[in-house]
Amino acid sequence: MSLMSSKYLTVKIADTHVCEKLTLSFDADQSWAILGMNGCGKTTLLHTMAGLLPAHAGDIKLNNTNLNDLSRREIAQQVGLLLQHQEDHFPGTVLEAVLIGRHPHLKSWQWESENDKQLVFDALEQVGLNNFAQRPILTLSGGERQRVALATLLVQQTKVRLLDEPVNHLDIHHQHEVMKILTSNNDNITNVFVLHDVNLAAQYCNHALLIFGKGETVQGNSKDVLTEENLTKLYQHPIKEISLKNQRWFIAN
Amino acid sequence: MAYLFTRPVSFIILLTLISVLLIVSSLFIGSVPLSFQTVWLSLFNPNAENASLIITELRLPRTLAAFATGALLAQAGALMQVLVRNPLADPYILGVSGGAATAVLIGMLLGLTSVFGLTGLAFIGAFIAMTLVFIIAHQKGSWTPTRLLLTGVVIAAGWGAAISLILTLSPASNLHGMLFWLMGDLSYSYSVSFAFTALVIGLVLSMLLSSQLNVLIRGDKLAATLGINLKQLHIKIYILASLLTAAAVVQAGSIGFVGFIVPHLIRLAGITDHRFLLPAASLGGGILVLVADTAARTIIEPQQLPVGIITALIGIPLFLYLLQRDAKQ
Repeated sequence: MSLMSSKYLTVKIADTHVCEKLTLSFDADQSWAILGMNGCGKTTLLHTMAGLLPAHAGDIKLNNTNLNDLSRREIAQQVGLLLQHQEDHFPGTVLEAVLIGRHPHLKSWQWESENDKQLVFDALEQVGLNNFAQRPILTLSGGERQRVALATLLVQQTKVRLLDEPVNHLDIHHQHEVMKILTSNNDNITNVFVLHDVNLAAQYCNHALLIFGKGETVQGNSKDVLTEENLTKLYQHPIKEISLKNQRWFIAN
Repeated sequence: MAYLFTRPVSFIILLTLISVLLIVSSLFIGSVPLSFQTVWLSLFNPNAENASLIITELRLPRTLAAFATGALLAQAGALMQVLVRNPLADPYILGVSGGAATAVLIGMLLGLTSVFGLTGLAFIGAFIAMTLVFIIAHQKGSWTPTRLLLTGVVIAAGWGAAISLILTLSPASNLHGMLFWLMGDLSYSYSVSFAFTALVIGLVLSMLLSSQLNVLIRGDKLAATLGINLKQLHIKIYILASLLTAAAVVQAGSIGFVGFIVPHLIRLAGITDHRFLLPAASLGGGILVLVADTAARTIIEPQQLPVGIITALIGIPLFLYLLQRDAKQ
């Protein structure tokens, strides 16, 4: 089942031509990796899919409804976006920072219920931040702050999750924990990751979209798309594939 | 849950009790000593005697005007801080009070006396001032805190010059009153009931936005992904903050720093949820200006100081301290 799709989507920003007439479908139970060099427009594409930026041409559909026909709130109930950077100018607790993930599901004058708070505690436990609820947000390390942002996305409970470098600032253990949490038990959910680590993509994502620049893209099953040839061309750097314990690994020469 | 709810609520109850206590005790403070019985009788059974008149015509209106002005300013400050995502924002520092004051002085110069007319002018002045700061500071992408503050300070200096010009053109008979009003003198304040009406309406409207403010403080983009219509919310905060500033300026000229000191202290006390922060800031602002005004009229009795001098004495060191601390981070 297609949760989010694009038809003849062209995205351009300044001098960067991200994609040209891209037609794709993010289906339930899929995890996508978007790969490409720095500045090729991965973030721009993600923000366009979330409706934050206008597309140059083409349509984006959410459950067969055009994104332009939905209000911000309606989009927020179905699409969550993990941003690359978190802004913190004001103090507050971790609990408060995660609770705002429930905002799209609450009426304007409705208080968070016990159930909402339980969702927050569960999400914090999932990302390995038990007992962090009352910690001041400004005292967290970069990795902890990143996991708080992830918890906020989890309590938003959206069918489509767009994640811009979700493993930023995380140590190896937490990188894998986070990828596991997001890609397991995702009934009827689709994840779209922007990643820099090809091996995380190969391990956790069953689909991939490669952005080559100048509007050229390749998409498909990870097995077919993630090849020495494609990746070498993608990163303009020689990349070798090796096999270890029935798993494919990519190393840069 | 317990922490999330009971602590802020008891904090607000505490502030309410302090407010009531201060409002009552300020009635006893002044150059003429009055007994408890006199104050009580004048409040609930006013007569034409001097003691009664001191309470009903002088002390009570002034006390309430001080409280309402402080509450309006603190709320305006809290809203502006969310709008520009900078806890140093304040109606005075950003030149919004200056714009409103200029407009009111023009009105006074033209002989306007109605509180609605002057407030309308103050609102227009506040709105123009805020728009100017935003357009100039926002030219390229996002606001950097320093750029915004600097723009605000420079624009405020411009309003200062405009005010000097108006005062120079004003007839000598009006000058003393205008000057004292301008510096934040509550003895010239206008309709108290008007200030309280503005306060209650402002508080209700900003409370309706408060849960959205909690989202907005974590950044524009995140707020948009969580379903907030940014343009609409920005405009609402913009208008509301201008209105609150206008109502405060009409009462007592431009009293500085209240809008920045009070929300800062409330956050320091651990109240960061705007559904609690806004009412707490209103009470805190009322308390601050009431105490400052009581000090202003008693320190060198029977001479009276403008209250703006007292708030500046607290606000300027705190502002500089925070600016320096943030620069180090």
